[in-house]
Amino acid sequence: MGMIGQHLLNGLMQGTIYGLVAMGFTIFFGVMNVIKFSHGDVLTLGAFGGLVAVWAANALGLSVPLQFIVALCVAMALTAVVGAGISHFLIMPLRNAPPLNMLLMTMMVGTAIREAIRLFFPNGTNPQRFPELLPAGGFNIGPSFFRTDAIILIIAGAASIGAVYWIINHSKFGLAMRAVAEDTETARVMGINFGRIIPLTFALGSITAGFAGMIYALYYSEINYSMGLLLAVIGFTAAIVGGLGNIWGAIIGGYLFAGLQTFVVAAIPSMSDYKNVFAFVLIIVLITWRPTGLLAERGSERV
Amino acid sequence: MTPTSRTLVRVPVWPLFVAVAFAAVALTALVLIENQRWLGAALAITAAVCFCAARFGGVAAMEVAASENPWLLRGLIMVASLAVIFVLRDDNFGLLMLATVLIYATICLGLTVQMGYAGLTNFAAAAFAGTGGYTAAMLGQQGGLPDALVLVCGGLVAVFIGSLLILPVLRTRGHYGALTTMAFGVMFNVFLDANDFFGGPQGLKLPGINLFGWDFTNDIHIFGLVLSSYVNYVILTGILTALAMIFVGLLDRSWVGVWFDVVRLDETAASVFGLKIAYWKVLAFTLGNFLAGLMGAVYAKMTGFIAPANFTFGDSLVMVSIVILGGIGNRWGVLPAALIVVLLPEKLQFIQEYRLIFYAVLVIAILTMRPDGLVARRVRKLHTEASA
Repeated sequence: MGMIGQHLLNGLMQGTIYGLVAMGFTIFFGVMNVIKFSHGDVLTLGAFGGLVAVWAANALGLSVPLQFIVALCVAMALTAVVGAGISHFLIMPLRNAPPLNMLLMTMMVGTAIREAIRLFFPNGTNPQRFPELLPAGGFNIGPSFFRTDAIILIIAGAASIGAVYWIINHSKFGLAMRAVAEDTETARVMGINFGRIIPLTFALGSITAGFAGMIYALYYSEINYSMGLLLAVIGFTAAIVGGLGNIWGAIIGGYLFAGLQTFVVAAIPSMSDYKNVFAFVLIIVLITWRPTGLLAERGSERV
Repeated sequence: MTPTSRTLVRVPVWPLFVAVAFAAVALTALVLIENQRWLGAALAITAAVCFCAARFGGVAAMEVAASENPWLLRGLIMVASLAVIFVLRDDNFGLLMLATVLIYATICLGLTVQMGYAGLTNFAAAAFAGTGGYTAAMLGQQGGLPDALVLVCGGLVAVFIGSLLILPVLRTRGHYGALTTMAFGVMFNVFLDANDFFGGPQGLKLPGINLFGWDFTNDIHIFGLVLSSYVNYVILTGILTALAMIFVGLLDRSWVGVWFDVVRLDETAASVFGLKIAYWKVLAFTLGNFLAGLMGAVYAKMTGFIAPANFTFGDSLVMVSIVILGGIGNRWGVLPAALIVVLLPEKLQFIQEYRLIFYAVLVIAILTMRPDGLVARRVRKLHTEASA
């Protein structure tokens, strides 16, 4: 029985990370109709940026909570700048190109980031240990052991999802964003600065990636250059399953994917190496059943 | 062209000779030259000549000559290929690279049918090639089956695995469609890594090809000359590439090609005109997967060893990049693109380590500056008879 709590916590943790990544995908898709596949590698970049910040803060002799704050700020600032840069210099010029070109372009941007980390980060080919910045230890509820840092991270992740949701639905910037997503031309006529909203949107989406990268690093205490690729595929999958452009769909998709993985690990421990295989098979079946996602995009094809 | 137009206009054929000769010389030079500085110079000259030919109408003249004399072109390519093989006869590494380029080019011809003609997205080409390779490896361990059948089986198993994906591929579109093949490609790799039966991450060994008593592991002795055993593979892959090229070309020129175009460009219009969209999509998907599986089997047999790391999602991306780089839907563009993508990182030592970043930057540059690829696909002319 003790394992159930463990699996639940693990599943929730992974679901939060997947949901955050999927949310980024769905924000970009909602506003620009693009799939930014470099999202996962921006996440990796954020985690590595956080690692460097921790090293620097440690060298300066800052206390552990301060190190944590510095790392978080650096990770989020770095991903925001990189995300906005990618949108401004690479995605905007291609926005009228066929979707395949755009997909390939962002995949290649991701490859470039991934390889750059591998080649230019000191000892980048090997996994890097990420220092534990959150309070260690934990507590027992019945037979299950709960790690304190995991609880903190899950709450922080859920809070950040809530924050992004609030920004999109209740702030002025979110209103402008939704206007651009609905109808770019009309939004521009209404005086919305299109050239500023788009990079800002990408910055917002990328900040969630940076945040997810920090959560990943703090939870697993290890980061490597290629972690973003699988996270991107899973996040994309989650966003697709939920229905692109739909924030709640993305979050549901993220938790669903984590749930499938955890279920396989919990139910058939001998097959735990195949958890992603099972999850992807089920996702392919799901997408066959509902080709535009669980919470489908509205709208019909006009001839 | 109709017979009347051929009698009215005499098209000079010399551009054809010049183009094929230049391609052969450039290819040989790029494979043979080891000195990095000379290699750079050769690359620069090749690029400059290609650019000038495109700028000052040389390419157009060649295209006209080629369409007037298709058999002359095929004969010239044949002679040039034999000449290249003769010059490179004892350069094992160069021949291996050449065969690899041809394998990639053929897989990408399959992708051209899928993505360029029928408009399907396939981000799992390497996984389908891997299916063929693993089929060859498993059948090789069992023994007993002639190699010609083993290779065909590689293609057929890839088709079978692909047919499991048919339903999602048919039902989804655009980004949703990209997901299904992408998920399959990633899944394929995760599965092989975890599975001991297929050798796990260490992979499997397999013997070379023996086609109808023609043993590929032996050197060829002919007219007192000794040709490296890799010449066998270059000849085999060359023949397969040529066959695929001719087949895809015929497909494109026939009404099947027109219908592929209609299905890709406007499904609604296609169904209004009574085309069975699903039928043509399945046909394109199957054809492409067969080519990928077949060439994957050849690749596995040639290198004598396969592992999951040879067929990653990254490799699928490289294959899609070749198609886009060459100009999506143009079968001729695949050849130079495969050459650039496969050969350059091997030859230029300083980018070996940086090869993926090199691909990435190259593709980004092409997509932003020349989105139609190196050799853009021409708009189909259905009214040549009327205008001529």
